Amino acid sequence: MKRKYIALPYLIWMTAFIVLPLVFVAYYAFTTKAGGFTLSNVFAIFDSLHIKATILSLGLSLSCTVLCLLVAFPLALVLRRIHLNHKGLIIIILILPMWMNSILRILALQMILSKNGILNMILEWLHLAPAEIINTPAAIILGMVYDYLPYMILPIYNSVMDIDQDLIDASSDLGARFGYRLRHVILPLSKPGIISGITMVFIPCLTSFVIPDILGGGKIQLLGNVIEQEFITSMNWNLGAGLSFALLIFVIIGLIFTQKHETKYKESRVWQN
Amino acid sequence: MAKLKDFFCKFYVAIIMLFLYAPIMVLIVSSFNSSKSRVLWGGFTLEWYQQMLNSSIVIGALRNTVVLAVGSAFFATIIGLLASIGIDAMRKKEFSIVMSITNIPMLNADIVTGIAMMLLIFRFMPLGFSSIMLAHITFNIPYVILNILPRFNQMDISTYEAARDLGAGPVTSFFKVVLPDIIPGIVAGFFMAMTMSMDDFVITYFTKGAGVNTLSTMIYGQIKKGIQPTMYALSTMIFAVTILLLITINLITLPKKSGKNKPR
Repeated sequence: MKRKYIALPYLIWMTAFIVLPLVFVAYYAFTTKAGGFTLSNVFAIFDSLHIKATILSLGLSLSCTVLCLLVAFPLALVLRRIHLNHKGLIIIILILPMWMNSILRILALQMILSKNGILNMILEWLHLAPAEIINTPAAIILGMVYDYLPYMILPIYNSVMDIDQDLIDASSDLGARFGYRLRHVILPLSKPGIISGITMVFIPCLTSFVIPDILGGGKIQLLGNVIEQEFITSMNWNLGAGLSFALLIFVIIGLIFTQKHETKYKESRVWQN
Repeated sequence: MAKLKDFFCKFYVAIIMLFLYAPIMVLIVSSFNSSKSRVLWGGFTLEWYQQMLNSSIVIGALRNTVVLAVGSAFFATIIGLLASIGIDAMRKKEFSIVMSITNIPMLNADIVTGIAMMLLIFRFMPLGFSSIMLAHITFNIPYVILNILPRFNQMDISTYEAARDLGAGPVTSFFKVVLPDIIPGIVAGFFMAMTMSMDDFVITYFTKGAGVNTLSTMIYGQIKKGIQPTMYALSTMIFAVTILLLITINLITLPKKSGKNKPR
């Protein structure tokens, strides 16, 4: 028996529970409640209400992704610099928060940011003007950055730590200054980590509905909220599936984007160490 | 100058840690706060811990959460391990097709995965506890594979061949030669799968049946009415148990002093 057939149970499982369910989404997306064929569920994403939610979702996710990148990349460099290279420990520190329930953590963030919250108490104590960010898009972005930052840090940290110090030393011996080294040595070598970080942050941001629910005060509708309501409140599964299908297209674009930068085994996936 | 730079570096790390852990500190403090108000401190109490232990609903949700985390991680690890053994032997073309499928649940939006599973399972059986279990196993397998597969790549295949040449059967050679090399990946994958299951809300929310609750869905249900402090107590307890577990695992594996191979 060939060794590769040992993967057969897995392939059957994934066909049944990953591929087949997506076929079901497509089926619901392209049919009406009565069962006839329709395109209106998928194209409903262009309705004025939905397109507004989509554009807002894209904008917020993009801001969140950029912010995460701006925080995570310097952090990875700093961690490398201060020789805190106990990889296991760093990874534990970053993963540990996930063991505190994520919804509770977002609620705690709400307690910190709210009008009479902890942040404003501190600001008052410092005689500074209170911050009014709760129930604004800024609060949602902050919540997203908080929730997804580890997904950006881990892959970037992994690829930054893998850079051979000799390469950096060589470039600096040859006269490259910090900016040049960063642009021509460090950045290209950490690209796989950056790319997987971007996909691991952007897509969850695009579709989260709990964070906007809690930190947006229920007034700000994102794509995830719209889909959730179609399924749970309006019970219009076909429309919900249609919008999900439209979302899938974003995901597929992301998939193609990452596939391009992947070579055998050296996947820059988050959890690889 | 270098010292100043080092100081700024450490300061930066500290700020990020504060950002990541401040909400957790708030929750832990809240679990001991006798005032139900979410911001004011009313004195130290263990009342919420007591209430939590006496509430069958809370304990039920806790049991569901733990059974789901351990059970789904267990099955995902077995399927993922078999998958990794097979995938490792694949050629480039098959490999990239299979890995694309593996990446789908990781890259796909949780909400789409959840809805898709719900639409499928709803066709064949009523939604309930087992539907959540199926969903959790499914989204956990990729994390297991991505932890085990690199281990196969790092390992030296000639040791396996040597064992076979010396007369060991494929199963014996696997358990005696291959397994010790990949066990850190298996442990890491199992732990990661448990974490993901524990932390999941969206997929559970869509695949659960009426009346079945995990910690996440229970908390979500309480948002509008106001969160019961027992939830803070329960989460703090889970968090503390996890830290203790991690410390124990690390103490057991520390003597090897092989920083890289430590399960995380």
